[in-house]
Amino acid sequence: METLIEFLSFSDPNVRYVAIGTVLLGASSALVGTFTFLKKKALVGDAVAHAILPGICLSFMLTGVKNPVYLIIGASATGWLSLLLIDLIVRHSRIKEDAAIGLILSVFFGIGILLLTIIQQSGAAGQSGLDSFLFGQAAALVGQDVLVFGIVAGLLLLTILLFFKELELIAFDPQFAASSGVPVRFMDFLLTTLTVLAVVVGIQAVGVVLMAAMLITPAAAAKFWTDNIKVMALLAAIFGAFSGLAGAYISYTAPSMPTGPWTVIVLSTIALVSFFLSPVKGILPRMFRQRRNRLQMLEENILKTFYLLGEDAEDWKASRTSDEIRERRRYPKGTLIYILKRLVRHGYLRQIKNNYELTNVGFNKSRRVVRLHRLWELYLTQYLNIAPDHVHEDAETIEHVITPELEKRLMEKLDFPEKDPHSSKIPLS
Amino acid sequence: MSSADWQIMLTGSFVAVSCGLLGCYLILRRMAMVGDAISHAVLPGIVLAFLVSGSRDTLVMLIGAGLIGLLTTFLIEFFHKKARLQTDASIGVTFTWFFALGVILISVYAGQVDLDQECVLYGEIAYVPIDLWILDDGTIIGPRALFITGGLLLVVVAGILLFYKELYLTTFDPAFATALGISAALWHYILMGAVSLTTIASFESVGAILVVAFLIAPAATAYLLTDNFRTMLWIAAGVGVAISVSGYYLAVWLNGSIAGAMASAAGLLFMLAFLFSPSHGVVFRQRRMRKGAEKVRKEKLTSGR
Repeated sequence: METLIEFLSFSDPNVRYVAIGTVLLGASSALVGTFTFLKKKALVGDAVAHAILPGICLSFMLTGVKNPVYLIIGASATGWLSLLLIDLIVRHSRIKEDAAIGLILSVFFGIGILLLTIIQQSGAAGQSGLDSFLFGQAAALVGQDVLVFGIVAGLLLLTILLFFKELELIAFDPQFAASSGVPVRFMDFLLTTLTVLAVVVGIQAVGVVLMAAMLITPAAAAKFWTDNIKVMALLAAIFGAFSGLAGAYISYTAPSMPTGPWTVIVLSTIALVSFFLSPVKGILPRMFRQRRNRLQMLEENILKTFYLLGEDAEDWKASRTSDEIRERRRYPKGTLIYILKRLVRHGYLRQIKNNYELTNVGFNKSRRVVRLHRLWELYLTQYLNIAPDHVHEDAETIEHVITPELEKRLMEKLDFPEKDPHSSKIPLS
Repeated sequence: MSSADWQIMLTGSFVAVSCGLLGCYLILRRMAMVGDAISHAVLPGIVLAFLVSGSRDTLVMLIGAGLIGLLTTFLIEFFHKKARLQTDASIGVTFTWFFALGVILISVYAGQVDLDQECVLYGEIAYVPIDLWILDDGTIIGPRALFITGGLLLVVVAGILLFYKELYLTTFDPAFATALGISAALWHYILMGAVSLTTIASFESVGAILVVAFLIAPAATAYLLTDNFRTMLWIAAGVGVAISVSGYYLAVWLNGSIAGAMASAAGLLFMLAFLFSPSHGVVFRQRRMRKGAEKVRKEKLTSGR
């Protein structure tokens, strides 16, 4: 706790630089990543991250100094070139985008490594630390770096805010964007440039391989909480910034721990929680909803069987054994007993020893399900001209989802019918 | 040419041919980036295998990496199917997560694991002739990597020969394959298992990036040169060998990283096919198109319209 306060007080100037740097990098790359994610080009960030290396080496070879401005220019040049080549390969050959990305990524990185070793062999002064670009060195960010990256990140944020509407349009519907006067080619160019810049500055914090996570993961996580793109972009930026800060903090408390990988671990944890638990689109809530729907269907089908058995005997309140039900609907015995017990618990059935009988509530409910089933069968035969022997299956699924309003409209449309296509009586409610 | 030279080129070729053959299936299944993801995601598997076995025992490493590789594939599918995340994002989230875990494991156990990020990324094929396989009684058999990657090549080639039909059908017509009773999912995982094993077996010698280059470049080059799948496999294997040999000489000439030079050579060969392939190259296609346009124009003139 003490270290947390100490960290958050930012009294140590070094901590201040690192924290500001990682927050800026996290937020800006997450924001750019939101758009590449929506354009389904999430992995181009990975290609750019690898393609930066030869640019850095070339820039060092040409200038002989490790000035961040020169390095950024060199890195941007080859990063940009890589995206151009991917596009060129996809447009002019049968190679698909994923293969083109993988090819450019590995070849550019290979060229970079080759250049890097040549520089190292040449024994040029001041080359040491050039390869720290590969692995990130957030903890070593110093004032000057933070200034440069801060300016770039600020520019990124500003550009995105300024062109938010256009970027949103080209991400979702380029054709519509073009027809409504958005300069699509320019916006594509802009997004490419923003991606390259985000990667160039972000790599300082997390390294080549993990840069892809800084772009993709916040957007992927944010998508699970909202359908609104503005909210999604904001959430992604918050996730990115928080992870950056958390990574810096962990590395501060345990100096042997690398900032970048921890940033990514925090980010991945947020993403996993979102995938599984988000109430809207998460896996677990959705599985839970599906299970609830399935149970409801089973319950209604069993109540319906009670009604049908009662219809045959003209006695709806008689007791039935589970075997009688099973003669009509072939459920596994365990499932059937489980559902019967649920129905008893919810007050639709009464259990007397091994027999079950409908309560008044249960009778009303069972009658309604049968009624909806037969109404829908009638609707299908009358309005969609489907043969009477083909309508049962469809009614079996629809009967569980018809609302009272829909029921009323069906009644009116069918002119308050009495019999279904199989000449069974449609029970009144 | 010294024995070290041919040992390195042979090791490179073994890896390149194994990867090239598997790569043909990967790029036709549009799974090139899954190969990339696996080659990065197996990192924690390697570290854990080191820690568990306390040695660089190849078998333990193969098992560790194989498991993590399959787990990666499974998670990519799982997030895609169950969470409805688009494929590329699913790949990106999964492998970066594993790689981060691997790097953290390395920093925690830095003293115990003789491994660093750099060697994982670029590998060091130059050490192949030095790292010898020595039996308990002192007999020197030869470079260890040569045997590992050679064994790998045998497994890959045998697998493709034995199960050619299954792999072919699940690649080109999964629906038909399923109708014949061949499980597309099973062969998906078998292929991914093979990619994981290839990655791990090539890791120390060539590094993650060269594995990716080998998985994609020879297959992509071959894809531009033929429309026949069997021919594509042969060309991919040939291109793999060509990359290794030319890459090695490039490295010697420039006195630089061998893995880097091989990846550069891979890019160069792809570029040649991209430009000059008789059937699919940019240059010939444009010439054909120009000729076609000329023909149409001439016909229009002679027909007097």
